[in-house]
Amino acid sequence: MRSLRFILPALAFAVIAVLMLVALISGRDPKEIPSPLIGKPAPAFTLPLLAQTDQSWSPDKMRGQVWLLNVWASWCAPCLVEHPELLKLARAKTLPLIGFNYKDEPGAAVAWLDKHGNPYTTIVADRNGRAAFDYGVYGVPETFLIDRNGTIRYKHVGPLTVDVIANKLLPMAQALAR
Amino acid sequence: MSAFTVIAKVSGAVGKCLLKRSVAALIAGLLACSLTSAAEPGPTPADPPNSTLADPSPEQARELLQSDRFRRLAAELRCLVCQNQTLADSNADLASDLRNEVLRQMSAGRDDTQIKDNLVARYGEFVLYRPAYSGRNLALWAGPAVLLALGAFLVWRISRARRTSASVVVDEAQLKRVDARLNDL
Repeated sequence: MRSLRFILPALAFAVIAVLMLVALISGRDPKEIPSPLIGKPAPAFTLPLLAQTDQSWSPDKMRGQVWLLNVWASWCAPCLVEHPELLKLARAKTLPLIGFNYKDEPGAAVAWLDKHGNPYTTIVADRNGRAAFDYGVYGVPETFLIDRNGTIRYKHVGPLTVDVIANKLLPMAQALAR
Repeated sequence: MSAFTVIAKVSGAVGKCLLKRSVAALIAGLLACSLTSAAEPGPTPADPPNSTLADPSPEQARELLQSDRFRRLAAELRCLVCQNQTLADSNADLASDLRNEVLRQMSAGRDDTQIKDNLVARYGEFVLYRPAYSGRNLALWAGPAVLLALGAFLVWRISRARRTSASVVVDEAQLKRVDARLNDL
């Protein structure tokens, strides 16, 4: 009984310490919310193209292909961080990269691409963010990996890094394309 | 060793064992919870894409904005950019978009559960300030009660131990020995 009185607080401390350590070293960002859309069909939308507003585009056009949907905006500073990686990805031509211009001024978006380079094969403009709502977008940039059947397989929130592209996106895309 | 001390020792050992078990179960539960929370399934977005919903008229929007129902809903939904604020509290751009989304869904005649499910399907259960009562959230809902029960049990054990140790029976021979020692001083 006496020893219990000493062991219990120590035990309680150990439990809390282990839980905190697990949370700390898991490297999970609490700001990153796991998307419930993984494994679900990519929500349908019909949006005008950024440059040719008289033309519309919808994700059905990508049926049969593994592709990336990258949500970005000219007002978004972290988008500039991932931009060189997107340009590299575009040069490799391994994955079609569709740009999803989120709540942006079309003029500003086009000027931004002229200045920094355009990695996208197609760009749609969602000026009011209504289609983005269906994708659970809450911060830009966000990137979705969508398979041949139009199912969302992976979602990355925040700027894409060399590590995420090389170790997550590309291996997953290759496995899906097989 | 008196019969009582034997009983106390045995019950102590049993108690210890029970305690160890419950603590182990609690740790396992909490760990399981923290590990599984990373992959939540969530309902399917079966309803048509929200981007097809019509905007309410300005009068309708004003009326809805002032309704208790809207206030209640907005107070129960989380803004995802400023994570510790509700949709009602937040000034963030996204919060205002989500408020409009809630308004549109209200004017389209959806009920509270449908609206909440619709948001959960897109943003995960994280948007709800009040988590659902589900098996996955068991540790979350039952945790405090379990901890409270555990604490109460501990307090009971300790106070009982104090009471019994205060009424220790000392025999005559012991008293005499102590007396003799004190006299020696």
